[in-house]
Amino acid sequence: MQFMLLFSRQGKLRLQKWYNAHPDKLKKKITRELITTILTRKPKMCSFLEWRDLKIVYKRYASLYFCCAIEQNDNELLTLEIIHRYVELLDKYFGSVCELDIIFNFEKAYFILDELLLGGEIQETSKKTVLKAIASQDLLQEEETPQGFFEDHGLG
Amino acid sequence: MITTGTAVCFCCAVSRLISGNHRRSDKSLSEPEPCLIQFCNTYHKFLCIRYVSISCVFFFWIIVRIVRIYTAFQEIIMYPYYENEWSVLPPELNRRFNPSFNMATIKQVINEAVERVRMPTPMRLRDLIRQIRAARTAAEERSVVNKECAYIRSTFREEDIVWRCRNIAKLLYIHMLGYPAHFGQLECLKLIASQRFTDKRIGYLGAMLLLDERQDVHLLITNCLKNDLNSSTQFVIGLALCTLGAIASPEMARDLAGEVERLMKSPNAYIRKKAALCAYRIIKRVPELMEIFLPATRSLLSEKNHGVLITGVTLITEMCENSPDTLNHFKKIVPNLVRILKNLILAGYSPEHDVSGVSDPFLQVKILKLLRVLGKNDVDASEAMNDILAQVATNTETSKNVGNTILYETVLSIMDIKSEGGLRVLAVNILGRFLLNNDKNIRYVALNTLLRTVHVDTSAVQRHRSTILECLKDPDVSIRKRAMELSFALINTQNIRTMMKELLTFLEKADPEFKAQCSSNIVLSAERYSPNKKWHLDTLLKVLVAAGNYVRDDVITCTIQLISETTSQQAYITLQLWKALSEDVTDKQPLISVATWAIGEFGDLLLSASVEDTSDVVKPSEDEVIDLYQKLLWSPQNNTVTKQYTLTSLTKLSTRFTSTNKIQQIVSTFSSSLNIELQQRGVEFSQLFGKHESLRSALLERMPPMELNRQTDDEMQTNGESDMHEMKLDDSPQHRNTESNALLDLLGSDSSDLDIIKPNNPMPTQPVSNSNNQDLLDLLGGLDTLSVTPMTNDTTNTGIGLILENNNPIQMPITNNSNFLTGDFLSTNILSVEQDLPTLNAFDKDGLKIMFALEKMDNNTVSINVTATNNTLSNMSEFLFQAAVPKSFQLQMLSPSGTVILPNGVVTQVLRVVNPSKSMLRMRLRISYSIDGNQVQEQTEVNTFPTDIWD
Repeated sequence: MQFMLLFSRQGKLRLQKWYNAHPDKLKKKITRELITTILTRKPKMCSFLEWRDLKIVYKRYASLYFCCAIEQNDNELLTLEIIHRYVELLDKYFGSVCELDIIFNFEKAYFILDELLLGGEIQETSKKTVLKAIASQDLLQEEETPQGFFEDHGLG
Repeated sequence: MITTGTAVCFCCAVSRLISGNHRRSDKSLSEPEPCLIQFCNTYHKFLCIRYVSISCVFFFWIIVRIVRIYTAFQEIIMYPYYENEWSVLPPELNRRFNPSFNMATIKQVINEAVERVRMPTPMRLRDLIRQIRAARTAAEERSVVNKECAYIRSTFREEDIVWRCRNIAKLLYIHMLGYPAHFGQLECLKLIASQRFTDKRIGYLGAMLLLDERQDVHLLITNCLKNDLNSSTQFVIGLALCTLGAIASPEMARDLAGEVERLMKSPNAYIRKKAALCAYRIIKRVPELMEIFLPATRSLLSEKNHGVLITGVTLITEMCENSPDTLNHFKKIVPNLVRILKNLILAGYSPEHDVSGVSDPFLQVKILKLLRVLGKNDVDASEAMNDILAQVATNTETSKNVGNTILYETVLSIMDIKSEGGLRVLAVNILGRFLLNNDKNIRYVALNTLLRTVHVDTSAVQRHRSTILECLKDPDVSIRKRAMELSFALINTQNIRTMMKELLTFLEKADPEFKAQCSSNIVLSAERYSPNKKWHLDTLLKVLVAAGNYVRDDVITCTIQLISETTSQQAYITLQLWKALSEDVTDKQPLISVATWAIGEFGDLLLSASVEDTSDVVKPSEDEVIDLYQKLLWSPQNNTVTKQYTLTSLTKLSTRFTSTNKIQQIVSTFSSSLNIELQQRGVEFSQLFGKHESLRSALLERMPPMELNRQTDDEMQTNGESDMHEMKLDDSPQHRNTESNALLDLLGSDSSDLDIIKPNNPMPTQPVSNSNNQDLLDLLGGLDTLSVTPMTNDTTNTGIGLILENNNPIQMPITNNSNFLTGDFLSTNILSVEQDLPTLNAFDKDGLKIMFALEKMDNNTVSINVTATNNTLSNMSEFLFQAAVPKSFQLQMLSPSGTVILPNGVVTQVLRVVNPSKSMLRMRLRISYSIDGNQVQEQTEVNTFPTDIWD
C-alpha cells in the first residue's frame, strides 16, 4: 500500500498515512486530486479506479471515505477487507465510532492504524491482539500522567 | 517566608481565574504586582458570586503548588546553609550560594516562583479543534490557526518542556488541515528523546507525519531510533520499528538494518512481526541489504502466530521478487506454504482469525501470492501447488466478499504459474461466476482479470461472451469500459455479427467519452473480420449514425475508401447514405461528409438505382437532392469542413444531374462567402460553369477506386521490383540466416560460408573471425547500456566491419551474375529502385510492424525512415526503438514522432547511417513498449539491407 487517506463527504481530510516519501506539496496535490475524483463518483460505481500507475480502492462508511492506493499487482478486494478491518477496530475502540471521534482523537486513530499496518503491509490479523496492544499502551500513558485530573479541567 | 509565598501565589492565581484563566488574558496579567493585594481583599466576594464551584478544586491545586514551591525553596535557599562549600565557583558567580541571604534574595526567588505559576496553560487540543470547527469562514479558520501557530512557535522557542507534547499534538492537527508545520520537526525529535511514553508516542507520530525521507534531521532521528530499538519496553521498540518502517531512508536503512535483524529473532512475537515488516521496507529501499535478513527470515515460517506468519510471508515475497537467486533459495518452502494453507482451510472455526466464516483471509491471500511468485515459470513448483490451489478454488465460501477475495487471488495464481489445463478452465469459470455476482467490485475485478488472460486463453473466455456482453449494460461506467475492451478482444470471424450487433447498441447509448474509442475499434474489427462487403458498409454506416460527432477522422477516411473500392455496392450504399442524410443529421458532421462525398461521386447511380438496391428506400428526385444540399450548406450547425465536402460534392453533381442552373446558382453564392476556404471553392467552381465550361465534365470525373490506405501492402506492390531484388539477395548464401537472432551463430555460419568459397577468397578468414567474436560480444554488451552506439570514427575497420567487408567481394560476383542472367532489364531496374526508396520489413510480431525505407543521402550516408505500425486493438505506449550497428558504421538517431502508437497508428523515426568502408550493413534492434499494461521487449537483427545502396 502506498498511502491511506480518510476524508469526509465535504472533502475535509481526517487522516493521512504515507508509506512512501513525497514532498509536502505533492502530497497535497495528490490528496486534493483524489478527494475531488472520488467525491464526484456516483454510489453505484465500483470502489476501484485507476489513477496514474496506481489502483485506488475506496469505501464510504457513513460520512467518511476511506481511500487506499495500492500497486498494480495488489489484491483490491483484500484492500477492501483491510479497510473494513480498520473500521471494525475503530468501532471497537471508540464504541460505535463516528466522524467526530476520529476528529477529536485523531492521534488514537493513527495509533490503531499503526498497530494494524506497518510500512503499508498488514502486520496483525487478529482484532483482539491489536486492541490489546493499544489498550496496554494507553495504560502505560495513564500511569505516568498523575496530573490527568487537573488537565481534564483545564487547570494543569 | 512560606506564608508570604503562599499569599502571593494565591493572589496571582486568583487574578488568573478572574481575568479569564487563559493566556488570552496576558495583558491583565502583565500589570504590576501591587494590585494583587487588592484583589486578595475582594477575593471572597468574587468567590461567593462566581467561583463557588471551582473553589474546591482550586484550593486543592493551590496546595499542590505550595508543596512544589516549598520544595523549590528548600533546594535553592536552604541547601547552601547546610553545605557551605557546595560550589567551586566564586561566590559572585554562584547564584545558589548566597552568603548575603536576605529579604532581597527571597523576594527574587518568590518572583521566579510566581513567574512559573503564572505561565499560562496552553489551550487544550480539543478546545483548539472546537475553535477551528466553529470558524464559519476560511479566513476565520486561518486566523485561529495562525494565532495558535504563533503561540506554539513561541513555546518551542522558550523550550517549554511540560506542554511540548500537547503543542505538537495540536500542530499535527493543524498540519492535517494543510497548514505548514515543518517548524515542529525538531520538537518531535526532542519528544522522542524524552523518557515519558506519552511523549515518545506523540513524538514518533509527529516524526512519521512531519518528516519524510528527504529531511536532514534524519541523522538525529537515526540515533533516537537506535536507542529505542534497544529499549526494554516492547511498546517503545514497537514505536521505533513502526516509525522506521514508515520513513526509512536508504542511509537510515543501512544504519539500522543490524538492529532490525536482531529484533527479528526476538522471543517476543509483537516485536518479531514488526521487525519482519521493517526488514521488508528496508529491502524495498536498499535491496542489497537482503543478505543480512536471509537467515532470520526462514524461521518466521515455522511460527504459529499469524501476525509473524503473515509478515514473514510478505518479507519473503518481496525478497523473491527482488532477486532470482533468493527466489531459487525459497523454492523449497513451497511444501511448507502448502501445509500452512491447507491447515488454514481445514482448521475449524477459530474466533480470533475468522472473517465471516473464512479463516484468516489476509494470511491466505498473502500465501497465495507468494505461491504465485514461486511457481512462475517453474513446472516442479507449480506441480506441487496444483492440488492446494484446486482445493482452495473449490472449497472457499463465495457468498461474501472475503471468499471472493481469496478466489480472486487463487485465480491470479493459477493464471500465472504453469498450472494444469483443467485448473485454468476452473479459474476462468470462477471469473465467469464473478461476472454474475451482485457486487459491482467483483464484476469489475473479473473483467479486469479476463482482459489480462484473454490473449492466453481465448477459447475459455469466449464461453462467457454473453455474460460479458451483458456487462455492457452495467450501471457502473468503469465496468462498461472494461466490458467494451474485453468484447473487442473477443471478436473473431465466427462471432462478429452477434458481437457487432451488441456493440452497436452499446455505441448508441454509450457515454460521449466512449464513443470515439468504441467507433474506431468497431471499424478496425469490421475491417479485420467482416464476412462481406455489404455487411461491412452497413456496419460503418451504423457507426456514423450512432456515434455522430464523436467519430474520429479515421472512420471517415476508412468508410470513403471502402465505398470507393467496392464498386458492386456503390449504388446501394449511396442510397442508404441518402436515406440517413435525409433523416436527422444534427450533430452528425462525419456522416454528412461521407454521405455528400458518396452522393457527389455516384449521383447518377442514386437516380438510376435498380430495384434490389433500393429495397426500402425511395429514390429521390434531382430537386430533392439539391434542396437538401442547399439546406446543408446554409445550416449554421454544419462546420466548415462539412460544407467544403458538400460544396465539392454539389459541383460534382452538376455533371451527373441535368439541372445545372440551380447548382450553378448555389455555388456562385459562395464566391462571396465570409469563410476564405469556402469562398475560394465558390469562385473556382463558378469558373467551371462560365469560362471553363468545356473542362467541367472532364475535371469532375468520378474518382478512380482508391486502393491504398493499407500503406504497407501498397508499398509492397509499387515496389515490387525491389522485393524481387531483395529476394534475389536473399538467395545468396550470406542471407540464409536472416531469421537467426544470435549474432554469434550468424557469424559462425558466415565464416563457414567463407570457408566454402575459400577458393574465391584468398584472404585468411579464420583468425579474423576469432577477433570478431570478441568485438561482437562488446557490441552485445553495449546494447544493454546504450540506445545508440557511440559514433566512433574508426577508420581502420576492425571487428565486424572486416568480415563484412570480406563478404563484399563474394557478393559482388553473385549479384553481377544475376544481373547477367536477367539481362539489362533488371540492372536498369536496380537504379530506379534506389530512387524509389527501397523498403524492407524489419520486424513484424504481435501486431507491431516496423518497416525501413532507405534513402541515399550522399556517397557514404543512408537515411533510414523507420515506420512502426500498430495493428492491434490497443494502444502501445512507452514505445522505444533502439538500434545498434557494428563499429565501422556510424549511427545517428533522430527523435521519434511519438512514444505512443494508437491502434492502426504510426510512429516514425529517422536513422542516419554513415558507412565509410561501404561494408554490408547489419543492425540489431531492441524494441520495447507496453500494451494493456504489459511490458513487451523484443530483439531482432536486420541484415537484409540491399548492399547496392552504398554503390
